[in-house]
Order: sequence, then structure tokens, then C-alpha cells
Amino acid sequence: MVPIEHVIGLSSILFVIGMIGAATRRNLIVVLMSIELMLNAVNLAFIGFNRLWPGTAEAPALDGQIFVLMVITVAAAEVAVGLGIIISMIRNRDSVNLEEVSLLRW
Amino acid sequence: MEVSAILFYIFAVMAVVSALGMVLNVRNTVAASLSLVVTMIALAAIYVLLEAYLIAVIQIMVYAGAIVVLFLFVIMLLNLREDDFAPGRQWLVKFGAGLLGVFVLIQLLKLVGPGLPEVPVVPEGYGGYRQLGILLYTDYVLLVEMASLLLLSAIVGALILAKRNID
Amino acid sequence: MPIEEICKTLFIILVIVAGLAPIITWIERKQSALMQDRIGANRADIGGITVLGLLHPMADVLKLMTKEDVVPQGANRMMHMLAPLIAALPAIIAFGVIPWGGIYSFGDTTIKMVAADPDWGLLYIFAIGSIATYGAIMAGWASNNNWSLLGGLRASAQMISYEVTLGLSVVGIFMVFETLKLTDMVMAQDTTLRVFGFIEVFGGTVPAFLDWVRLPAWGIFYQPLGFVMFLTAMMAENKRPPFDAPEGESELIAGYFLEYSGMRFGLFYMSEFIEVIVIAGVVSTIFLGGWAIPFLDQATIIGGIGSFMGEGFATGLCVILHFMTFMLKLIVMIWLQMLLRWTLPRFRYDQVMNLCWKGLLPLSIANILITGAVMLLVRG
Repeated sequence: MVPIEHVIGLSSILFVIGMIGAATRRNLIVVLMSIELMLNAVNLAFIGFNRLWPGTAEAPALDGQIFVLMVITVAAAEVAVGLGIIISMIRNRDSVNLEEVSLLRW
Repeated sequence: MEVSAILFYIFAVMAVVSALGMVLNVRNTVAASLSLVVTMIALAAIYVLLEAYLIAVIQIMVYAGAIVVLFLFVIMLLNLREDDFAPGRQWLVKFGAGLLGVFVLIQLLKLVGPGLPEVPVVPEGYGGYRQLGILLYTDYVLLVEMASLLLLSAIVGALILAKRNID
Repeated sequence: MPIEEICKTLFIILVIVAGLAPIITWIERKQSALMQDRIGANRADIGGITVLGLLHPMADVLKLMTKEDVVPQGANRMMHMLAPLIAALPAIIAFGVIPWGGIYSFGDTTIKMVAADPDWGLLYIFAIGSIATYGAIMAGWASNNNWSLLGGLRASAQMISYEVTLGLSVVGIFMVFETLKLTDMVMAQDTTLRVFGFIEVFGGTVPAFLDWVRLPAWGIFYQPLGFVMFLTAMMAENKRPPFDAPEGESELIAGYFLEYSGMRFGLFYMSEFIEVIVIAGVVSTIFLGGWAIPFLDQATIIGGIGSFMGEGFATGLCVILHFMTFMLKLIVMIWLQMLLRWTLPRFRYDQVMNLCWKGLLPLSIANILITGAVMLLVRG
């Protein structure tokens, strides 16, 4: 297997790509997808570090993987609510452009 | 080089290229979300190489099988045509984001640095459903309960947000 | 041993997929003819010889290959081209983990009659099944046609919904067999189940004549409700009638593959039939004992026949018998699906969704609860 540094490097690159996407794109759906990408990058780092300290067969140390499960749960919840927001935004504004969300009340 | 290392680099390139394809594709949101799927599947393959089998399967089932399908569903349901996605010309924002990205990347890579130990041999049953399941329902049972509450509140929230008028 | 793996993969592709799929189209034609009181497929002939209509699959393939491949105006060419491949691929690779025979040892070589045998075999099938959604979505979107788009939308919603039920309906089976490995699961079913064994749980003793009453230890006898729900969810995933709302011809013409012609249409068509075989394989593996012969386990065959014919011969006989048993179960399950397909009318779209979220989902959760309670009682 490759050294874990490379895994963490890949994770950092993906995280930064997601961050740039979330910061520059104006399409709300793509922003949400970029956030998913950042969460995935973090998951990769968790799995990589967990692989370095796997524990023993009697006392497995799987905290990293359990954390990933929780991140996936949070991502699912986030997407459900985020897409709900997108649908209601389309109803009210007829667009998914973030620039048009400039009022605090509709 | 061993086979697993070659596979890792292939999937890593695949993940990065398709992630870039998602972020840089400004014309076609459906294609962007499909490249996100490719990233997810490449990451699942890397999880298999890192011997986290259950997480790899869950990654495909939840991310590729449910979350991105939901994205596609919304994009197609709202029938957003390609013209809606032409971005504004915000060169300053893009330049700043690029600069920030490079800065964060350098900082993150600096954090890793040298000094990580050698990759050990995994113990028997590592990353399988048995060990993870036992840990989840003994030591982390509170976490599972909290996750179920979170999902319940997300369902209710999504319903309230997306429903036209609540009766 | 890469040679062995390549042989197994070729076997799956050539024998099971390419060999069985055309025959299934014939079974479907004959079954529909039988149920509609017709003679059925008997026109295709070579020099007047029709061979019971078995030449129809060949004529079909020839026709599909020679037809023009039309790409509609305004379609996304690349995605339009890729969609049928993405629809067909998951159906084929799902075969990799289905065991078509047991584990046999000839002297010191051990042969495993399955292409890949991971610990998480059943989860692999679910993961592959969730990828299959993309074929329908891409086809529906790339065709630039409103009906296709609606078909793709319906397909994706239906497939995500039934994915949930599919997973929950087999949790009972995981609990009973305590494994997700398909070969181990079949191995656990290669024995008998004492019908009156429950008396011992309450402290009694089983009378000798009642102890004689036994069933094969198949999943269907442990989890009858799980079997029905799993089969329903699997058939809904496959989008064939009665769950064919995504391609309902009276509303959506042909749904997501409306704009396909020639061999690309053929791939969608074939992928449905291949998936019928996958469903039959998975269901017979986890609920009907896979290759296990009822009341005659592997050790008995090898011990009984091996005593006077030699152990090698007995093991070889075992291989053949087990493979035939598996194929028999496969064909019975395929036939059952054909029967259901021609018996039931199409569900309305809201009925499909109600069946999933208000019918099967609560039932499957109740099934898990009951299974857990019974197992706590029996195994302590």
C-alpha cells in the first residue's frame, strides 16, 4: 500500500477543490455538491489515519470509520434539507442563483 | 511498485479529474453531478484499498446510490436548462478563491509532513461489518441514537421546506 | 490464481448471461402465449424448421443489430451513447458473488464454485443495484424528450424508494444466518430444520415421531414474510411489469428508453432480462438454499457414494448435482417472475409508492423486530 501521506495529500487536494467550488460557483446545487465533496475528502482522511492505527483483533480501534459513518449520516441529512431549500427557492425566485438570494425575508 | 499502489494512483487521478470536472463544468449541471458520482466511486475503490470494506459499500450505496440521485432528481424535476447556469464574471472572487485554495493546500500538506509511521498490517476482521457493528451498538450506541434523531429532524425539515402549503 | 478467476468470469458471461438471457425471452414469449391462449412464438424458421420457436431470440438479435442507431436531435450524444452500457453493466457484474456450487476438495486442491467470495457479498449486490439507477436517469435525461425525462424521473424515484425496503427486508436473514457471505449462507442452508424443535425452547422434549418431521433449512422457512417482501422489492427495482410505471406505454410511450433504437435499445431490453436472472439467482441463494439439495447434504452424498465409488467420483457427482439443483431453482424463480409479470396489471404510480413506503417498509421493520424477539427466545 502507498504511504498514508499520499492518501492525506489526495484528501487535501479534493478538499481544496470542493472549497474553491463552494466559494466561486453561484449555482446553489453545485455549491451543495461541492460541500459533499469536502465532506468526502474529510472521510478519506479519517479512513487513511484509521488505517495507520487499526488496533488489534481483540480490541479494534475503528473510531475513524465510525466517524465516517456519522459524517455520511450528516451529509444525507444536509442534502435532504438543502434540496428542500432549493425547491422552495425555485418556487419563490424561479432561479438557483445565489446572487439573487439577497433579501432576508420573502 | 505493487498492484495496490498502482490502483491507488489510478483511482486518485480519477477522483481529482472528476472533482475538477464537477467544479469547473459551468454549462451542464447534470454532467457535473455525474462527475461527482465518478469521484464517489473512485473514493469507494480507495476505501477498499485501505481495507475499509463496509465503509466502501456504504459510500456507494448512500452517496452514489441515494444522495447524487437526489441531486439529479431535483435538477431534472425543476427542469433547469443549461442557460441558467452561466456564471457571472467575478474574476476577483475566482482569483481570491484560487489563492485561498493554494494557501490552504500548502498548509494542509505542511500539517502531514514527514513523521507518520509505516502502514501496519491490519488485524483479522478489520473494517468488516462484524467489528464495526459490535462497536457501534456497544460503545457508540448513543451516537447511533443521535444520528437517528438527526435524520428524523432532517426528514421533517425537508418536508416542511418543500411542501407547498402545510395542511 | 488469475487463470481460475478468468475461467470463472468467462463461464458466467458465456453460460449464464449470454446463454440464459436469450432463452428467457423465449420463456417469456411462451409463457405469455400460454396465458393468453395463443400458440406463441413459432414463426421464425430456417428452411421450415422452427424448433418450438427457439429461433426467435436469434432473429431478434439479428434484427436489433441491423437496425439503424438513431440519436435524436438535441440529445446529449455522449450520455445517450453511454446510458445503455451503464444500465447493462451492473446487471452482469452482480453475478460475480452468486455461488453456483459449493466448495469441493479433490485431494489437496480446493475448488470454489463462485467467481468472487467477499465477506460482504450481499452488500455488494445492493451497492451494484444502487448504481443501476444511473442508466435509467441518464437515458431519460440525454434523450431530450419530455416523456423520456418523466420516465427517468419515475425510474429514479422508484428505484431509490425500493432500495430502502430491499435492504431492510433481508435484515431478518442476516440475523438468522449471522453472515453476509453468500457461500456461508448457502452452507448454512445445506441441512434440515426440525419443525417441532421449538418445544425444547419451552423446556419440553420432542417425541421421536415428531422429531422426524423436518424441512430443508432454507431461508424461506425462517423468513416467509422476508421472502415475499424481498422478491417484491427486487422486481420493483427491475422496473418490469407490474412495476413498469417508468416505461408505461399507455402514458409515457416507452419511458426512459423511448429514443433508443437498434442494439442500444437491445441493451436495455437485455439488461432487464439479465436482471431477471440476477433476481432469480439472489433469491434462490438466500431464500431457497442455492445449490443445496433438500434432505441430502454434501457430506451424505460424499460419504454414501464415496464408500463404494471412491471419494473423487462422489465429489465430482456432487459438483454436477449441485450445479443442476441451482439451475433448476434458478429456472423456477425465473418462471415465477414471468408468471407474475403476465398475471398482474400495472400499478398506478402512486400505488407503487404507497406500496413501498406505507406497506413494505413498516412490514419489514416489524419483521426485523419479530425476528429479533424470536431469536432472543430461541438462542438466548
